[in-house]
Order: sequence, then structure tokens, then C-alpha cells
Amino acid sequence: MADNQYTYAVARIRSKEISLLDKSDIDQLMNCKSEKECLRLLTDKGWGKTGEENAEQILSVEREKTWELIGELVEDLSVFHTFLYSNDFHNLKAAIKQVYTDSNFNDIYISQSTIAPDIIVNAVKEHNFDTLPEHMRACAEEAYQVQMHTGDSQLCDVIIDKAALETMLKKSRESKNELFSQYAELKVAVADINIAIRSCKTGKDKMFIERALADCVSLNRNELTTAALEGLDAVYQYLLNTVYADAVTALKESPSAFERWSDNLIIKHIRPQKYNPFTISPLAAYILARENEIKTVRILLSGKRNDISDDFIRERLREMYV
Amino acid sequence: MDINNFGIVFALMGAAAAALVAGAGSAKGVGMAGEAGAGVVTEDPSKFGKVLILQLLPGTQGIYGLLIAFITLSQIGVLGGESNMSLAKGLLYFVACLPMAIVGYSSAIRQARASVASMGILAKRPEAFGKAMIFPAMVETYAILALLISMLAVNGVTGINI
Repeated sequence: MADNQYTYAVARIRSKEISLLDKSDIDQLMNCKSEKECLRLLTDKGWGKTGEENAEQILSVEREKTWELIGELVEDLSVFHTFLYSNDFHNLKAAIKQVYTDSNFNDIYISQSTIAPDIIVNAVKEHNFDTLPEHMRACAEEAYQVQMHTGDSQLCDVIIDKAALETMLKKSRESKNELFSQYAELKVAVADINIAIRSCKTGKDKMFIERALADCVSLNRNELTTAALEGLDAVYQYLLNTVYADAVTALKESPSAFERWSDNLIIKHIRPQKYNPFTISPLAAYILARENEIKTVRILLSGKRNDISDDFIRERLREMYV
Repeated sequence: MDINNFGIVFALMGAAAAALVAGAGSAKGVGMAGEAGAGVVTEDPSKFGKVLILQLLPGTQGIYGLLIAFITLSQIGVLGGESNMSLAKGLLYFVACLPMAIVGYSSAIRQARASVASMGILAKRPEAFGKAMIFPAMVETYAILALLISMLAVNGVTGINI
């Protein structure tokens, strides 16, 4: 990775960044009276393919466009696997639930993943996890046993979520790229904070919290577990002594405010890549910027669709990359 | 074997180094800027002209190196005339060519990086092309200084009677 400067790719991404939505575009969307008007504006800006898609189809097309572009620019997409591991593990959860409930849904899988959803589904159906990558096998077996024998879906999710976080962190460190490492670290820390807060609110025991929390550098797992067992104030107090002190205000506000805070933090971390003309990092930043853009548009569209007040929608909108 | 016969060898090595090292730097630099230029033009072909100027900037070092090599070759008699010279004089020619060789290579690479960064400006703000061009152009100063010193030194060595 270090040998390739991605000069051509970054130059193309610089041109593509012009078409990313900025704050004024979001304001324009906010000024639209209805979802239909928003969709028309997005179509005028080049979103979607045919111009006749519904909101979800447009967002899905935009995600596909991003990965198509990245596929054109980078021969080996495995460098971006840090962003896709969570989708693999989501597919694993979905497959176990599908097999457990003996149902037949196809639209519950995420296609942007490091391994095809079909492989995961077949592995779960045949109870043969040798076909899965090594980092998934152990957690797949454990989660499968828990789900099939106890029917405890929450524990099944906890096992898989933790494995997803640990895999993402481990692989990001192996990539030797600072942006991937920072991204994974933030994702794990945010997930840990969420787990601690939710465990507090639902009165989970020490064993459950320890089982759910993933190790990361910026948070001390033991101290967070102790704080979570003591109560919400203890968690806030612990966080005030970490680099995530700003999260406390958002956490006190609401879960959605915390989610917005964590998304904005990632955008803040990747923003310097706008001025970096070399390496894979600006490409990775573009992917995250597009994901952030799609998420923001989704929030905005669903708000407009459900006649939610503008102030309420604005509170949930993310900061833009450009 | 008379050691003084090696004077011409060193002088020729100097000329070769000026053309070769500075030329290699320019080739690498123009290539790097070309990659970035292709990226910008893929998205917006109308920017081709401006991109081309930025791409060519790191190419000048190769031309300067060629110029120094040419002057040296003609001064040492390789292109015709008397080519006998002492070892000391040969070494002086060699040293005289070094500024162009070393600074030429290094400035071509640095200038290419600045050109690539400036293409980012061009991609996003074509109206700021003038400003974008200044950043890589500043690097040219040091290539010109090296050219000047090598040229003065090569001409000066010719006049030294050793």
C-alpha cells in the first residue's frame, strides 16, 4: 500500500468532491416542501439513474455509484475492507436469524461486503463455517450455538457485534494506514460507549458488559465496565477524563444526538484528507463522506416524508465533508 | 598508464550525470504529474490545457541538464576539437556539473509533488489556476540557480590552466 501513491485516483476524487453535497445544498433540501420536491432536487443534481426511483432506490444507487467509482480507481478493493467487515457480520446475524426462524427473506443482506452473502447463508444453513474467513468462524459457531440452543437473540448479536469490532480494529491496524486505524478506533470506542450506556439503562450485569465491550486504545475496558455498573453519572464522569469528553453533552441530550456527534467526529477526523494529494487516505475519506451524505439525505427524506418539523430534522443532520 | 588520461573520463561523467540524473528526475516528475492530470481530465476534459502546463513544469530540469551536458561536451572537445586535459581539470568539470545533476533531480520530484497538489486546486477551483501554478513554479527557482552555477562553473573551468 505504501508504494502506491494513488496519484491518478486522488486527482479524480478531487474532481468528484465538487459534486458532494455541501451545507448550502442541505439547506436547499431543507427548504423543499415535500419529499417529492427533495427527490426532484436530488435528481437534478445527478442522484439516481433513471430519475424515476423512489428515495431508497436513489440512495442505494448512489452507494453503488461510489463503489463502482472506487472499483475503477483501485485494483484491489481489499484495502477498504475495514469499512465492510461490519456488513459481513451483519449478514452473519441476518443469516443465523433467518435459519433460526426458518424464514425466507432476501432483502435483509447487505451486498457491499467482503464475502458474498450467499456464502454466509449457506455456511449457516449447512452449519459448516469452514467456508467463512478465519476471523468469522469462531464467533459464527458460538453465536449459532447460542441462537439455536437458547434462542437468545440479544446474546447472539452481542457475540457477533464484538467480533465485528475486534476484526475491524485488528485489520485496520494491519493496514498500516492512519485513517483506517483512526476510523476503526473511533467506531469501537463509540460502540463501547453505547454499550455502556445501554447496559446502565437496562441494568445488565458485569458478565454481560464484559462480554459485549471490545478492547480499544482510547478507552479502558475495565474502568468503563466498572462505571457502567455504578450508573450513568459514573459513565459520564469516566468519559470526561478521556478524549471523548465532548460526548457527554450529546449523551445527556439524546441517543440520536450522540449518534450525530460520533458521525461528525469521524468527518472531523477525515477532513484533512481534502488537502492530501497522495495515498489511499483521500479515497477512503471520500467513501466515508459519501456514506455520511447518504445517511444525512436519508434522515432528511424520512423527516419530510413523515411531516416532521424542520427543527427536529435539523437536529439530526450531520456535518458535511465539503 | 598515465593517470592524467582519466581527466576526460571524469569530465564526460559530469556531462552524463547532468543529463542523466536531472533527466531522470524530470521523467519521474512529469510522469507523476501526468497521472494526476489524467485523473482531472477524465472528469473534465475542458481542463486539458491548464493541466498540461502544470504537468510540463517538472520537465524543465531535464532540459537544463541537457543544456549543461551539451556545453560541457563542447568545452571538453568531445563534440570535436582537442580533448586532452589533466585529471584535475576533468574532476573540476565533473564537480561543475554536479549542482545541475543533484538539484535538477531533487527539484523535479518536489516540483512534481507541488504540481500534483495544484491539480487538486485546478480540479476544484479552475478560476484559481494562476495561484495554483505559482506553487510549483516557485520550485523552479532552485533549478534555475543550479543551472546558473553549473553553467558559470563549466565555463570558468575552461579558462583555468591546469
